Amino acid sequence: MKVTSPAFKANAREALADKTLQKALGNVESGFITKRAAAAAALPEFEALRDAARDLKTHVLRHLDLYLEAYEAKVVASGGQVHWAATAEDARRIVAGICKRLGAKTVTKGKSMITEEIALNDHLEAEGIRPVETDLGEYIIQLRGEHPSHIIAPAVHLTKEQVAGDFRRVHSHLEPGRDLSEPVTLLTEARTVLREEFLLADVGITGANFLVAETGTSIIVTNEGNGDLTQTLPKAHIVLASIEKIVPTLEDVDTLLRVLARSATGQEMSVYTTFSTGPRRDGDPDGPGEYHVVLLDNGRSKMLGTEFEEMLRCIRCGACMNHCPVYQQIGGHAYGWVYPGPMGAVLTPTLVGVDQAGHLPNASTFCGRCESVCPMRIPLPEMMRAWRTREWERALNPAALRSGLGAWAFVAARPGLYRLATRLASLALRVMGGGKGRIGRLPLFAAGWTANRDMPAPEGATFMDQWKARGGRTG
Amino acid sequence: MTTSPRPRVALFVTCLVDLFRPTVGFAAVKLIEDAGCEVVVPAAQTCCGQPAFNSGDRKDAAELAKKVITAFEGYDFLVAPSGSCAGMIHAHYPSLFAEGDPWKARAEALAAKSHELVSFLTDVRGVTTTGARFVGSVTYHDSCSGLRELGIRAQPRKLLGAVEGLTLTELADADVCCGFGGAFAVKYSDLSGAIVDKKTEKVAATGAKTLLAGDLGCLMNLAGRLARKGSTIEVRHVAEVLAGMADGPAIAGAKTGGRG
Repeated sequence: MKVTSPAFKANAREALADKTLQKALGNVESGFITKRAAAAAALPEFEALRDAARDLKTHVLRHLDLYLEAYEAKVVASGGQVHWAATAEDARRIVAGICKRLGAKTVTKGKSMITEEIALNDHLEAEGIRPVETDLGEYIIQLRGEHPSHIIAPAVHLTKEQVAGDFRRVHSHLEPGRDLSEPVTLLTEARTVLREEFLLADVGITGANFLVAETGTSIIVTNEGNGDLTQTLPKAHIVLASIEKIVPTLEDVDTLLRVLARSATGQEMSVYTTFSTGPRRDGDPDGPGEYHVVLLDNGRSKMLGTEFEEMLRCIRCGACMNHCPVYQQIGGHAYGWVYPGPMGAVLTPTLVGVDQAGHLPNASTFCGRCESVCPMRIPLPEMMRAWRTREWERALNPAALRSGLGAWAFVAARPGLYRLATRLASLALRVMGGGKGRIGRLPLFAAGWTANRDMPAPEGATFMDQWKARGGRTG
Repeated sequence: MTTSPRPRVALFVTCLVDLFRPTVGFAAVKLIEDAGCEVVVPAAQTCCGQPAFNSGDRKDAAELAKKVITAFEGYDFLVAPSGSCAGMIHAHYPSLFAEGDPWKARAEALAAKSHELVSFLTDVRGVTTTGARFVGSVTYHDSCSGLRELGIRAQPRKLLGAVEGLTLTELADADVCCGFGGAFAVKYSDLSGAIVDKKTEKVAATGAKTLLAGDLGCLMNLAGRLARKGSTIEVRHVAEVLAGMADGPAIAGAKTGGRG
């Protein structure tokens, strides 16, 4: 997927002007936020569970090597195979290799952000294999040739009218006059079309919400049941997961499941929680003949031991973006890569480079609402600030900002000089404000302020000057 | 902690109050004095360093922090009429220095006695009423740093509830950011404008004549946007109302002309 994060400002402007998008984004606020708040309030131990979830993943990250090895041994013992993929390219090659060996023509896919991260669909298509997304939202955006704009609600940027238009265009074999006015009619149509694909598929690919070291189990949570059909019907099931999905025991999974759905959709639990351990055994009524797990690193192990390690606790619930005032205004595509919102602002610079994604950790007011709802208590603003620090240290910020801030800091460190500067600034701004008490247009860097709002003029002389004139105590 | 009956409070004026809204500084002085404290305004203060800290410039942020620590550590309390600046000193100063650096211990000591103005009055001084009168309907916006770094939510409502003549109408999504974010408002002006628009619509929906908050950055953003749109809603720092000093022009309001 092409990284358009460097064009974040232009992307955001476009998103703000897109009336259809703005209408669709209204659903994020009305849907997710109220439901999460109700679910959290209904569970007395919710805050304690967040602490437990945080501590659990912190522990795992300290001992990630041990748990990964234990997990691999259990997968192998249950008849599956583990493939280690250091890079996105490795993962693509491994998955395509399995598909080709099995002569796969059609591959069904459960929802997986990792496959977006490694741009798997493009690669499979180039290899002559047809990937079919089976999550409704993913299916819709695949029809449109788009990418997810939200990690759990990939088509949240679309209205139902847009989806109806796409279905009429693509499902041209169906009755043209059919009613597609309600979400349920759209869902029913997608189910009918996808049923054929499930039966046709040679390989099923899913992500994983958790990998259990104790049992070698991979777990997915869905609301549509599409993941189950994806992984049980074909000849082979390939699980694509990043290394930090590891959880020690089934008991631990329980802790994380209790915060995941509540934080994501406000449900107590997702409709389907599916545990997969190895391929079909003798006597099993169904299941895949082969079970593969592709474990992707793609830069994550380099985050261990750094100020970004805590990001690896993320369980991809999407609460941070749902509650982000910036995401709410522009949706996910403006962020310019796979992961949007606050979690994307921290993760994207790690995965594609801060030189590419430098805007993302800067395009935040540091309001902290993301951290306040994160079930894993990830200090997202602190980590966005850490990226800003790295940018500063590498001098990646605009020269005007650096010299401006440098000059300001020089003056601010010298109270006498600062008093003089503020006295002059106060005078100048008061002259500009005239009798109106505000300024409509300012030059240079302050032009950004007055582009969208007036600048209040100072009331009078500075406080420090007035305090001194009144003989107030200064020490 | 002092044994003196009148604790010595050093007022951290904040750079925005100093330059744009001196009334807030005087209101703070009055409120702190009325709460039984002696107020000193250390002359060496400038800015808490947040612009540098939030731009990733830790070196300059640490330099400015050292100046603030030196100027304020000799008093019983540091009080600032801003959740954002108080939050910087209380929650972030210690993180600017490495373990073992003597400045870290000094930063921690100052952090422990640094407070935002309204929460200082209620939580430290036990103030339940400021004896102010303000006839009119107001709504209140919770500034993010104060709310989430310092847990300030009930305190201003408690004191506003005791102001004679004042009716408080709660703002929908009062805990959602106004879009200020310091340099964010300048660097991502359109985005910030869209966020503050949503906020001002909710403010207008309350029907209140006056909007209050505890941070001048947010207030300047809100007042600037409301003024740009030709709104007559007045915008003031909560301290002005609590100190009975809300009779001058509102933020971004004309010099003449009383309350709209």
